[in-house]
Amino acid sequence: MHSSEHSAHHPALAHHFQDLDQQKDATWLAMWVFLGTEIMFFGGLFLAYVIYRSSYPDAFAIASNALNVNMGLGNTFVLIISSFTMAMSVYSAQMAQTGRLVVFLILTLVLGCTFLSVKYFEYKDKFDSHLVPGRHFDFAHHHDPKTGAILEGAHGGSANTESTSHEAGHSEKARREIQIFFSLYFAMTGLHAFHMIIGAGLLIWLIVSSMKGRFSKEYNSPVELVGLYWHFVDIVWIFLFPLLYLIGRHHHG
Amino acid sequence: MSAHVIESKPLVVEHKEEQENYLTAGYTLKSWFLTLDHKRIAILYLLSVTTMFFVGGIFASLMRLELMTPQSDLFEPDNFNKLFTMHGIVMVFFFIIPAVPGVLGNFLLPLMIGAKDVAFPRLNLLSWYVYIVGAAFTMFTIVSGGVDTGWTFYTPYSTSSSQTHVVPVVLGLFITGFSSILTGLNFMVTIHRMRAPGLSWFRLPLMVWSIYATSIIQILGTPVIAVTLMMAALEKVLRIGIFDPNLGGDPVLFQHLFWFYSHPAVYIMIVPGMGVINEVVTCFSRRSIFGYRAIAFANVGFVVFSFVVWGHHMIVAGQSVYSALIFSILSYLVGIFSAIKVFNWTATMYKGSISFDTPMLYVFGFQGLFLIGGLTGLFLAALGFDVHVHDTYFVVAHFHYVMVGGLVMAFLAGIHFWWPKMFGKKYPESIAKFAMILVFAGFNLTFFPQFILGYLGMPRRYASYPDEFQVLNVMSTAGGSVLGLGFLLIAAYMVWSLVFGKKAGMNPWKATGLEWEHTTSPPPTENFYETPIVNEDPYNYANRDFTKDFNKEVKLGA
Amino acid sequence: MSDDHSKHHIVQPTTYATILGALLLFTVLTYYVAFIDLGVLSNFVAMGIAVTKGSLVVLFFMHIFYSTRLLWVVVAGSFGWLGLMLVLTLGDYITRHWDIQHRIFF
Repeated sequence: MHSSEHSAHHPALAHHFQDLDQQKDATWLAMWVFLGTEIMFFGGLFLAYVIYRSSYPDAFAIASNALNVNMGLGNTFVLIISSFTMAMSVYSAQMAQTGRLVVFLILTLVLGCTFLSVKYFEYKDKFDSHLVPGRHFDFAHHHDPKTGAILEGAHGGSANTESTSHEAGHSEKARREIQIFFSLYFAMTGLHAFHMIIGAGLLIWLIVSSMKGRFSKEYNSPVELVGLYWHFVDIVWIFLFPLLYLIGRHHHG
Repeated sequence: MSAHVIESKPLVVEHKEEQENYLTAGYTLKSWFLTLDHKRIAILYLLSVTTMFFVGGIFASLMRLELMTPQSDLFEPDNFNKLFTMHGIVMVFFFIIPAVPGVLGNFLLPLMIGAKDVAFPRLNLLSWYVYIVGAAFTMFTIVSGGVDTGWTFYTPYSTSSSQTHVVPVVLGLFITGFSSILTGLNFMVTIHRMRAPGLSWFRLPLMVWSIYATSIIQILGTPVIAVTLMMAALEKVLRIGIFDPNLGGDPVLFQHLFWFYSHPAVYIMIVPGMGVINEVVTCFSRRSIFGYRAIAFANVGFVVFSFVVWGHHMIVAGQSVYSALIFSILSYLVGIFSAIKVFNWTATMYKGSISFDTPMLYVFGFQGLFLIGGLTGLFLAALGFDVHVHDTYFVVAHFHYVMVGGLVMAFLAGIHFWWPKMFGKKYPESIAKFAMILVFAGFNLTFFPQFILGYLGMPRRYASYPDEFQVLNVMSTAGGSVLGLGFLLIAAYMVWSLVFGKKAGMNPWKATGLEWEHTTSPPPTENFYETPIVNEDPYNYANRDFTKDFNKEVKLGA
Repeated sequence: MSDDHSKHHIVQPTTYATILGALLLFTVLTYYVAFIDLGVLSNFVAMGIAVTKGSLVVLFFMHIFYSTRLLWVVVAGSFGWLGLMLVLTLGDYITRHWDIQHRIFF
């Protein structure tokens, strides 16, 4: 048994652990296992996405073009940089530089909130243009953000598809398929945003704790664990961005 | 006694048993409901899963009453739909899945690995509360009129047609899922990080291996059902179209997602039960387990293979025939791991000095019934046969042989085996044997006729049936009453034993293992008087002197 | 217990900065590639870049590169299980019409 005597009586050590090392290993492993659960949690949605995208490739390409790619790209930058500042927070905590730790944590929080604000405006835009699935969903009135032309269901952007029948029910079919894209878009980005909000809450808690000087060279697991969580949320977005925003861009670019 | 078992300064039990144990550590409600002690949390689980078991049992009894006559006279077909749905939901999500991990796992895991507690005691308590909140949602649904979708919530019926309370019950299960995940996470980390010195992986009791395997399945499977139920609830409320064929969705996708969890969930149910069997069969055969590593790795095999066979639930549901073929072959392979275990338990008993105490009787019951349940599972994995009996009572009988004949038998074996450790009292042995015979006979009378009914073509989930099926159905109902009486009898004498039972002593079965040899019954709050050091393999019955009194001394350290 | 006791390597800021640069670069790349018509390849390129970016984050920001074998297994296992789910389900959808249509792929 590793018993680092100097850490045996640390206030943060729970009674049933031998020493801080054992406690740290346990929490670290637990966090990774939890992230494994999270992968499968998002995995269900990714599976639905894969199935429907392979079933309705054209509708997905058209629908994807209705998203604001610049906002998506900007948010990707914001989130990646926030991951970097989070990593720097972990480094500062490990080096016991409390001042820098607080600064990096606040930066991370600010970037996270920036991401969420952009997301809010994107959602609002979708609400205004009837792109939220449900009774009021209506794609026919939607304008292509680049050309300004009205997108008419499956007629736009599917030049190379093999479906050539333009029956009366066709645009209704396209409407349903496009609606499924938006269902998945809202479910996936919504779940992601929900994780971001939890992450922001955790960051606030970390900022308060580190201002109180709770973290030291020996004990900084909370910063590391929230860091892992934050990076995981970043990874989810790294996949969401190309999957949702970048399909079939070359048809309209 | 072999030389390498160092018995330095053993502790005489008499002095210790007067001292505090985890039960006497506090008598207030607060000391129970805010406890961080894994043993007390196990007792909380025991109370709640037993309650849910009897709630589910009431639904089952009402169903069997209705099925005594061919007409749907006692219940309207609509109400019958609700009965079997609520029976399934309560039994699957609130009894079988948490039963062994929640009760026996919580109580035994830290004791078996020589730890003071699980890795995250607060999380452990939280799991129980999450379970209770989920159960409350479900109870609310029952009181307010029930659900009629079947426990599988198949779309599009559940999302488009059903007028019952699908959303609250789905939310309840979503919440309960997190209880399962947190328990699994906690146990997994505990096994990795909290083992006593000297307790290497291959010295772990096989019960711990089983719990470990179960935890992995809980961790990787449960989030999928959570997100699936979330999508179904969104579908029902907002009409987002993911599972609704009218809106371009595919209901079969729901079944894929649902069974990706719910088939492995079968292993969440049965694998910890198998863990119990390992402990009991060795103790009452006085032999070391035959093929330790084979059984340990069979658990790992279950983890992997339980996740790649889900399609056998969907053979007639519209999945591709090629997929069905693959899933059928993979389903056969799962049988290998069950076979490894059953053969090894049998080999363990061979030339053992077998005694027929109640826990061992349940093991025999398990062996026979699980064998029937498992082999009929192989029938069902065969494509042609499955098409014939799909959605008939054959399937019902098959999974009750596995779940009740397998898991409930194992659970009762475990409860009887560790009852003296949990409460320090002996249950009345001869009444217990009688109850075991009631349960075994009642079970077979209930479910064996259902194999025949199913093969003859009686579909499941109907309140009425043609006249020629009545004889077998009456047999089944009669068996159900015997089975129910058996369970009630067990509950009665277990409660009786808490007050009037004889004092058990620390190791009444003369069993090996840290929980028996290194601590008193009931154990103190921190489990051991000194952190045990392990220097032998598990089930080392060859090295024990059975003429000695096992109840006298607690081993300290080694 | 000492079988996989981690040493908790401290990753230096220069490493973090390098990874940040790579991530930003890949983001720009995936954006511009999306506007070029590569046919079926588009998906593979987009996903290839996403996997690379994700791996960089896991390995360096999340310290898995410096971690114990156990954590490698946890990470690989989790993604592997997701793959298992995707492959077996997709297998059904791809082969669903094989017996009707005389096409082998899609």
